[in-house]
Amino acid sequence: MSIMINQNTKVIVQGITGSAAQYHTKKMLAYGTQIVGGVTPGKGGSEIFDVPVFNSVQEAKAQTGANVSVIYVPAPFAADAIMEAAEVGIKLIVCITEHIPIQDMLKVKAYLQQKKAQLIGPNCPGIITPGACKIGIMPGEIHRPGHIGVVSRSGTLTYEAVHQLSTAGYGQSTAVGIGGDPISGTDFIDVLKAFQADKDTYGVLMIGEIGGTLEEEAAAWIAAHMSKPVACFIGGKTAPPGRRMGHAGAIISGGKGTAAGKIATLRAQGIEIAETPAAMGDAMIRALASQELASKCKTH
Amino acid sequence: MNIHEYQAKELLKDYGIPVPAGIAALSSAAALEAVEQLDQDVTVIKAQIHAGGRGKAGGVKIVKDKNTAADAIDALFGTTLVTPQTGSAGKRVNRLLIENGVEIEKEFYLSITIDRAKSQIVLIGSASGGMNIEEIAHFQPEKITREVVDPLIALPMFQARRLAFNMGIPAPLIQQATKLILQLYKLFVEKDCTIAEINPLVVTKAHTLLALDAKLTFDDNALYRHPELASLKDESEEDVREKEAAGYGLSYIALDGNIGCLVNGAGLAMATMDLLKYHGGSPANFLDVGGDATTDKVTEAFKIIMRDQRVKGIFVNIFGGIMKCDVIAKGIVKAANVTKMQLPLVVRLEGTNAEAGRRILANAALKVAAAESLDGGAQKIVSLVR
Repeated sequence: MSIMINQNTKVIVQGITGSAAQYHTKKMLAYGTQIVGGVTPGKGGSEIFDVPVFNSVQEAKAQTGANVSVIYVPAPFAADAIMEAAEVGIKLIVCITEHIPIQDMLKVKAYLQQKKAQLIGPNCPGIITPGACKIGIMPGEIHRPGHIGVVSRSGTLTYEAVHQLSTAGYGQSTAVGIGGDPISGTDFIDVLKAFQADKDTYGVLMIGEIGGTLEEEAAAWIAAHMSKPVACFIGGKTAPPGRRMGHAGAIISGGKGTAAGKIATLRAQGIEIAETPAAMGDAMIRALASQELASKCKTH
Repeated sequence: MNIHEYQAKELLKDYGIPVPAGIAALSSAAALEAVEQLDQDVTVIKAQIHAGGRGKAGGVKIVKDKNTAADAIDALFGTTLVTPQTGSAGKRVNRLLIENGVEIEKEFYLSITIDRAKSQIVLIGSASGGMNIEEIAHFQPEKITREVVDPLIALPMFQARRLAFNMGIPAPLIQQATKLILQLYKLFVEKDCTIAEINPLVVTKAHTLLALDAKLTFDDNALYRHPELASLKDESEEDVREKEAAGYGLSYIALDGNIGCLVNGAGLAMATMDLLKYHGGSPANFLDVGGDATTDKVTEAFKIIMRDQRVKGIFVNIFGGIMKCDVIAKGIVKAANVTKMQLPLVVRLEGTNAEAGRRILANAALKVAAAESLDGGAQKIVSLVR
């Protein structure tokens, strides 16, 4: 089945009149996502691809009954957009925007805790339940419905993993991009919890990278709470220390956050590790096989 | 963004944090003049580079006899300083800070940074100043005290005061230290810092507080709202290629291998470097061409990669989502022509318009090997370059 989003999810697009937002709104609509409204202050009353535009998230939510928001607002205003959605009671907010100032995100996180809203991202490709709902910028065509949960800090590396799974015949329940920033709304554990509780997810493929401690924290959680098989790839074995490798959160600092360190911690908990990015699908299949779930997960 | 110690001290001064009297010098003549101007019994000559560990590496010279100042200056200015933080290539010393010598009673450590795991600003204090804080944290963690700040309120005075007490600031200086900590926090927030470090924060023999060294790092994502910080940038500290790449919206980091990489997406780019290494190759660079690359952007990326003389071959790995593989293919053909590229080139295209992209490459009068798969492509370029 899925986690967080499904065919009934109603989505509003914040920043809908921007060019990237328009491009992706069209693609999300074509995929079958229920985009019920958009928000651009000052453009209320207009329409984008037959989607009504509102002046505020408050208006949009009241008029459409939307429960999820996706944000394509530029970095200087994105934190504000996230908080606006949380303030009017949107419980799941997906922020695609990259380059949000880090101290803005500190405030956003604390605020969202108060408002009990969940943020996915920022600086993420979004979330997709194949065949039902696509929220974000990922290519829908490579995904297939199925039973493998995917959670990743990356964008195109996630597509690579999904492509390997789909090609091998293993569909995905939901793929969640948690983003490449050092301060994110959702971590691996949050998503793993949801996958563990989802009756239709039988295994999870986790994609991490250098920087921070999310993978190590996930390893401990998996050991204590995860009964389903988990496979993992960690990018950045060859990244030099102290350099930000594209993603704001991908940095080895003071010797901490190395790929080797993360891999050792994950392996110690019995998590199947993909040696290379070309072998992510294989690692997942091995993990499934260890619990005799491979044939159950072969969906096509 | 990093800045030099002398620039950080100017900012500390703006926020009322005491620093030694000093003059920045951009030439050895200016440095000598500064020594004369300060006219002290003890003058300190400090190399200004964007790296720590200068003291132990000989980058800080104490001058007691003004006649030896010129030698001390020459020993630093225009030389290459290698510290544990600069890498083996070291950094060229183009600026000096000339300061009054200070009689030190005790050295403390004070910094403000962001705790990623807690998603909060954290203040760190220690009575073990002037040393490597990471070593202290590792070997003597009990010597470090921390205060975590609620992001929705400013740093309360009581927390600043508690930090001062817990880090061992002498009682008569607690009030002054509290004020200093509050001001450093104000700077940290107002200027969008990611790190604000005073190491050492000294108590002088005259029983005053002084920031003897200062390091400030700013959030690159916030620079758009700090035009006043733009002038502090030292272009000479940046890698020329990385700067140029950034100008084209490319994310590029030079490494020391011989296989140039061009990939879309930071995670995939890192993973591609890893894959090359796994197959016995050596990546020459990290390059994320981004999700919106045009033909021109791809051409510029090629040019930058090829400027590295060590590059003996190029691996292009594109998983097209928003990015269309035929656009990338056109860019590669154009780039190869413009740069008169003769080196081995392996291109792996997957995703949006991959077939169209492969056809464009096949039809071009270009010596390019199309990769059947990600793994196959990586192995191919490694063997071609060997």
